[in-house]
Amino acid sequence: MELIANHISHRFGELDVLDDVSFQVAAGEVVAIVGPSGCGKSTLLSILGGLLRPTGGQAELRGAPPADSLNPLTFVFQDFALLPWCTVAENVEFPLVHTALDAAARRTVVDDALRRTGLTDFRGAYPKQLSGGMRQRVGIARALAVKPAILLMDEPLSALDSQTRELLMEDFIRLLAADAMAAVYVTHNLEEAVRLADRIVVLSRRPGRVREVVTIPMTRDERGGIDARGKLIGLQNELWSLIREEAIDAEREVQHA
Amino acid sequence: MLERSQASTPSPQPDGEIAPRPVKFRGAGFTPRAGRYAGWIGLVLVIGLWQLAGSAGWVNPLFLPAPSAIAVAIYKLALSGALWHHLSYSIMRIGTGWILGTIAGVIVGFAIGLSSLARGVGITFISALFPIPKIALLPLLILWLGIGEEPKIATIALGVFFSTAISVYSGVDAVPRNLIRMAQSFNVPFHAIVRRVIWPGALPSILAGFRITASVALLLVVSAEMIGAEFGIGAFVLQAGNLMQTDQLLAGVVILSLFGLAVGRLINLLETRLLHWR
Repeated sequence: MELIANHISHRFGELDVLDDVSFQVAAGEVVAIVGPSGCGKSTLLSILGGLLRPTGGQAELRGAPPADSLNPLTFVFQDFALLPWCTVAENVEFPLVHTALDAAARRTVVDDALRRTGLTDFRGAYPKQLSGGMRQRVGIARALAVKPAILLMDEPLSALDSQTRELLMEDFIRLLAADAMAAVYVTHNLEEAVRLADRIVVLSRRPGRVREVVTIPMTRDERGGIDARGKLIGLQNELWSLIREEAIDAEREVQHA
Repeated sequence: MLERSQASTPSPQPDGEIAPRPVKFRGAGFTPRAGRYAGWIGLVLVIGLWQLAGSAGWVNPLFLPAPSAIAVAIYKLALSGALWHHLSYSIMRIGTGWILGTIAGVIVGFAIGLSSLARGVGITFISALFPIPKIALLPLLILWLGIGEEPKIATIALGVFFSTAISVYSGVDAVPRNLIRMAQSFNVPFHAIVRRVIWPGALPSILAGFRITASVALLLVVSAEMIGAEFGIGAFVLQAGNLMQTDQLLAGVVILSLFGLAVGRLINLLETRLLHWR
């Protein structure tokens, strides 16, 4: 299944946020969206996921989702969005309760998702008892439970400390490889973008337009090697040079707002 | 290669150097904690002092009977069956009025919290009618509903309704929007979002509202019974006052206080049970 941003524009009142954004996410492909603060990255993701109606253009899907997918377009949220009154297992089960799965099947799916995210021993814990990294693992387990075709990740690591970010990044790489899922990964962290994405869509400052689409010339497996580190840092610097001036302008704009 | 070293202990002070001094602690205060027994000790002290004043004849028992006299009055009321007779009327009025007002308040509160149309209309009405002291409507309700139990129950229900509706829609408004968006992103149906996200999310505010409406109901039942009832704790307190039976009057006040405490305790239990995740 492919996800297409087809000439998407959006405005909040008088404020133009996105202007004619078009790109495509192929099956199994990871596309990162980067750009200066306030360029509409998260707005674009909400539109792609059907949570916001664009004022122009539309988000489109091409092809059928996998037969066992319960929610082809699934979000992983920056703030985890866990129900504080539900345990870890109940949070993971939450999107399954209203599907055709019976209780036994749901239990199997939840157990599998918890096992894959290393949460089996925490199934009875409440979110307030978990660290930020563990909470995001619950968010990931919940997303995996519905077997998505495309993951929509809105800065999933930005609320976490650097060590936890590193560990979860390794998890993302492993899970994406195992499930051959496509993903749209919104981030302001260029290092995350070059490590995870197959292609990077660079947006301009507000109103966000597609400024450039950068293809990472190596597989994710190759990026772990020492030789690749230099290339990745070079790519990161290129990306930074693309958005640096606009990031400074955006920062000044925020300060004056 | 990482260069490693052991953690070092402070070196001895060289001759002629100023001696190190500890950093002054500045983080004290602003964290008040309720002592476990302080409240009870304070209460016992006040009652003891009150009893002493009564026993020593420092105060006229006609104006302020001693706690022991009040306890005797309660005992006699209980023995005669009058206590239960009056209390049962009050409990029936409070219970019926509170349940009716709460059901209506929860329904209207959820409607205001979830529907733009209901919000537009409902908030205007609630803002206009909430400030009216509901006891002022009792004579009108007597005209409409007769002189039986109905106007008293309706007064309590009205008082409970407005506070409940406000606490419910405030609670619905306070449910984090990201949780609702999360549920929508998983295609969870509307009714399930209300039941599994909005209801538990609004529950802390709803239970806080129950605490307020329990007090409102107690206040209104006493007022209504003082205005137009033969039986009930409010009527009993008024009659005792008219007959200068201050021990009986204060017995009624103590019973009201105990009733309020019992309701508060019940709501505490509900909160512990339903909001254990906080």
